[in-house]
Amino acid sequence: MQFLYAQTDRCLGCRSCEIACRIEHSEEKNLFSAVSQIHPPKKRLFVEQQGDRKEPVLCHHCDDSPCMAACITGSLYRDERGVIRRRDERCIGCWSCIMACPFGVVARDANLHLAVKCDRCPDREIPACVASCPTKALRLVDADMLSEERRQEYMLREEK
Amino acid sequence: MKRSTDKAVTHVLNNHKGGKQLQTVWDRYEAQQPQCGFGELGVCCRHCMQGPCRIDPFGEGPDRGICGATADTIVARGLARAIAGGTASHSGHALHVAHVFKKILAGKAPDYAIQDEVKLKAVAVRSGIDVEGRPVIDVARELLDKALSEFGDKGEPLTWAASTLPLGRIKVCSELGIVPTSIDGTIAEVMHRTTYGVDADPINILLGALKCAVADYTACHIATDLSDILFGTPQPVVSKANLGVLREEAVNIALHGHNPLLSDIIAQVASEPKLIAEAKIAGATEGLNVVGICCTGNEVLMRHGIPLATSSISQEVAIMTGVLDAMVVDYQCIMPAIATVAECFHTKVITTMAIAKMPGAEHMAFNEENAVECARAIVRQGIERFTYRNPDKVCIPQESSTAIAGFSAEAIIGALAKVNADDPLKPLIDNIVAGNIRGICLFAGCNTVKVPQDHNYVEMVKKLLAENVLILATGCASSAYARHGFMTSEATKEYAGEGLTAVLTAIGEAAGLGGPLPPVLHMGSCVDNPRAVDVAVAVANKLGVDLSQLPVVASAPEAVTEKAVAIGTWAVVGGFPTHLAWYRQCWAVSW
Repeated sequence: MQFLYAQTDRCLGCRSCEIACRIEHSEEKNLFSAVSQIHPPKKRLFVEQQGDRKEPVLCHHCDDSPCMAACITGSLYRDERGVIRRRDERCIGCWSCIMACPFGVVARDANLHLAVKCDRCPDREIPACVASCPTKALRLVDADMLSEERRQEYMLREEK
Repeated sequence: MKRSTDKAVTHVLNNHKGGKQLQTVWDRYEAQQPQCGFGELGVCCRHCMQGPCRIDPFGEGPDRGICGATADTIVARGLARAIAGGTASHSGHALHVAHVFKKILAGKAPDYAIQDEVKLKAVAVRSGIDVEGRPVIDVARELLDKALSEFGDKGEPLTWAASTLPLGRIKVCSELGIVPTSIDGTIAEVMHRTTYGVDADPINILLGALKCAVADYTACHIATDLSDILFGTPQPVVSKANLGVLREEAVNIALHGHNPLLSDIIAQVASEPKLIAEAKIAGATEGLNVVGICCTGNEVLMRHGIPLATSSISQEVAIMTGVLDAMVVDYQCIMPAIATVAECFHTKVITTMAIAKMPGAEHMAFNEENAVECARAIVRQGIERFTYRNPDKVCIPQESSTAIAGFSAEAIIGALAKVNADDPLKPLIDNIVAGNIRGICLFAGCNTVKVPQDHNYVEMVKKLLAENVLILATGCASSAYARHGFMTSEATKEYAGEGLTAVLTAIGEAAGLGGPLPPVLHMGSCVDNPRAVDVAVAVANKLGVDLSQLPVVASAPEAVTEKAVAIGTWAVVGGFPTHLAWYRQCWAVSW
């Protein structure tokens, strides 16, 4: 299982990931035409800040996903990659998913009356946000590899 | 993405012996992808310490900075500062030539002289200086004082702008309030009005930017005029262009940057028998081979027929041939990467200007009071480095094209005078009126990593020539056309439409070329763009019309530098429909 992982001490808050996300979800997948769209494309992840800590807050595609459980029309579904996605025609704009998501990463497209969330860029091998991150704060990681990495970090910790 | 359409550059990129770790501008461009969207759109501002601020171009986040500046204000400030940066470059270039001129007149720079008295007198007369019966030195002093006063607090319209632009343009500038009264003062004014809490009206900021662009035009014109007076006004000259001009059996020294002050002296000393003998003793059986890169290359090509090795974007590639013994640089468009690339070869990178040093390069301070000795010392460095050349790393491409260059405004009018001595402009005007020449396009500017090198230049020029549009070129645009073989009589036959071919053939044969003029006329380095304006102004004045009424356009399809933004902007002020590719930091404005 792969997921997006934000290494928060590397995030500079440049919002490159947000822009890349919008471009990827625009009509022509190009910055200059994206900003000219009548309904500008929405972002699916959010760079937030508390104190000095900056971090892209993004969809975890949870195994027990509250958004999907809350979706009363079956618009939200899990695809073959394990990614929670939306069937446009079924979304009625009830926003139950927004209420249910503990991370606050489902948003509302007021123009299209659709719930908007990360679809992990189905047309790309590496999601646009990850590819755009200049400091490699955002990574696409394998869950098991990350726990292995964490164990190594733990072993290398400085004894106090 | 394809890196270059230049076969010589492509050959070296694919076959060089610098090792796998060697990185070029194209690798670094790739490593920078994707580039910051806020920066690309010009909607970030770092002009104060409360920032940086960014405007959300998608309209969801902040629509103004901390001070309240909108995207329009921020974009206008950024554009104005880019133009001021370009103007500062041309001001520095022109002032440098003026300072050397001053030393010459004071007898402190004995290696220089006034080489073109005809041009001196012509510029003096145009500037309102009485020349009748006066010694050359007196005229020169008065002209120099006038030139130097343009940079300071002159307090009245700049002579070089007011005396070279037609009345229609001067009227437009006066009405808009964009008549500069100081070159450096106008640059400072842009910096002032774009700093924290000064000018917030985007239109007003842009008017200030236009005024600065007129100051840039003035600085460029002074640089060209003074360089012509000191080193000679270019006349048609036949040379070669592309990396194939480098020679395995010679000491190869490249002159790179923008200014003729040092490069012209090196071009002169390189023919000294003593230095050639020293090169031969070092093992270079063919002696010395001085070549040009970028606009220093254009300066020495135009005046001395020194072959042009390559243009700005491929400056590293010249080193990667493994046979470049020294790269001597002055200023502008010199990538700091050349010192790193040179580490993979024996090439010595030599910086010469106090304001332009580089980690990893050797600095040999250039002293104009002792110019020839400095130039000789630099050439000797090249000869010394030749002995360190590694034959296993040699990779010289075959390609080089013949290039006819040297088309100053004076040279073009001179060629036209061969057709009609009494009224030189008449053949040009008659053919425009008759539709044989449908218009004139000036190609200027740089080579950018964002398209395969020269692609835009070559594709655009083929279409325009077929449509009987006469092409003028400066800077790295002219380098592109020289390297791709557009500066020959054969190119006229191959690419130009029927009407244009007939005109160029008539002029070329009258001028004794034995064939047509090239379809692309090399007018000089990028600072020399006013040469093209001078030709257009002569035509406009003769017809009694404004520049904006002529079928003349300008394009910088592969622009890179702030200088190109400044030049493109004064081309707009000049009334020419202008295409400046790649300045996209204005895309998110509201108008």
